[in-house]
Amino acid sequence: MLAKRIIPCLDVRHGKVVKGINFEGVRDVGDPVECAAEYNRQGADEIVFYDIVASYEGRGTFLDVVRETAKRVFVPLTVGGGIATVGDMREALRAGADKISINSAAVKNPQLISEGAEIFGSQCIVIGIDAKRNKEGGFTVYVNGGRVAMPVDLLDWVVEVEQRGAGEICLNSIDTDGVRGGFDIEMLQAVCSRVRIPVIASGGAGKLSDFATVFQETTVTAALAASLFHFGELTVPEVKADCRAKGIAMR
Amino acid sequence: MIAVIDYGAGNLFSVCNALSYLNIAHTVTSDAKEVDRADAVILPGVGAFPPAMQALGEVGLTGTVRENAKKKPLLGICLGMQMLFDRSDEMGDCAGLGLIPGEVRRIPSDRVIIPHMGWNELVITQDCPLLQGIESPVFTYFVHSYQAFCEDENIVAFADYDGKVPALVTDGQYVFGAQFHPEKSGEQGLMMLRNFERMTI
Repeated sequence: MLAKRIIPCLDVRHGKVVKGINFEGVRDVGDPVECAAEYNRQGADEIVFYDIVASYEGRGTFLDVVRETAKRVFVPLTVGGGIATVGDMREALRAGADKISINSAAVKNPQLISEGAEIFGSQCIVIGIDAKRNKEGGFTVYVNGGRVAMPVDLLDWVVEVEQRGAGEICLNSIDTDGVRGGFDIEMLQAVCSRVRIPVIASGGAGKLSDFATVFQETTVTAALAASLFHFGELTVPEVKADCRAKGIAMR
Repeated sequence: MIAVIDYGAGNLFSVCNALSYLNIAHTVTSDAKEVDRADAVILPGVGAFPPAMQALGEVGLTGTVRENAKKKPLLGICLGMQMLFDRSDEMGDCAGLGLIPGEVRRIPSDRVIIPHMGWNELVITQDCPLLQGIESPVFTYFVHSYQAFCEDENIVAFADYDGKVPALVTDGQYVFGAQFHPEKSGEQGLMMLRNFERMTI
């Protein structure tokens, strides 16, 4: 039986790990390679590195972090942040990323998904999506770190990214992100019912039981969290033990 | 010395990172003579079947891999495992290396999420030198939409994904194939690569 995945996300700025709460107010917390190695020891099923500055100047430093991590950590690594071209994808994969996560650039240029899938294979194309409830009762897709609304409906968008060859969707709810009241079950259910590719839940984990809940109430195959693990409030083994006790398959 | 076949496969560097971490001597090569000299061969692979078979042909190693598989350990990983079989119907019919009888088709269940992506438990059905010293439960990392269909005698371990997905296969002699990624399967995956190196001694 396929295990559900627990994925810590490390936000990286200038070669250091940070975590922004609601994408603002950043705290510096340490060496990303060490953090990734620690998560690996704890039994994390994958690790995500997110380049939050994503500037041209800082790219080299960020890719060095990926390169060093790939030499020491032998679980899948996903790299995101500022990936806007096929060249950016190639660079990240060559540095040792197993998957690349594209967000704003995919919304602005959906052809990028098709090209990436064609050249590198669907298995390494993750589409990151930031979405928020709108007044009409639907969900709107946002770009640029969740700051800019696009005239794109979430449920149309997920169908398109699947058709274009994305291998996976990482769905972050702006409504629940940073609030710590649990994952956005309603939004995740809506997306899971529209696509057949794996969906990763992101945004909102605040307590131990939130993970088991999202696996029990939706068909997401993975759950991602950053600050919760990062500041040691919860550990990956604690989360896995709780899920296992509730009958959810874990590695 | 293990020869890691270089024909442009995407997971080549991950495989090499894992071998380096384990201090296993290896060389990345598309030179037939170097493959002939090696003690064992790893055939990596991600992506689609026909372009990969074509790329292997273009570097002139299709025959070399087939010949070497008769006399030294060969490990195919992910798409490299699928290439060991007779054929695949991914993007139309395409011949494989024909080292293990069987064929590759899309995962048949319409009830599961495709691709089969994540950590799945191995159901071990036969002894295998690659699994030596590895304690159950064994979880490995999979990511694929096509799977092998072959005889039980060639299956060492399978994963349950609303049906039997051959995970570790062999010809019973020198040829081994892993549908999962040992280089991305944590400590247990690294132990399999270590065991593979031991087979060359």
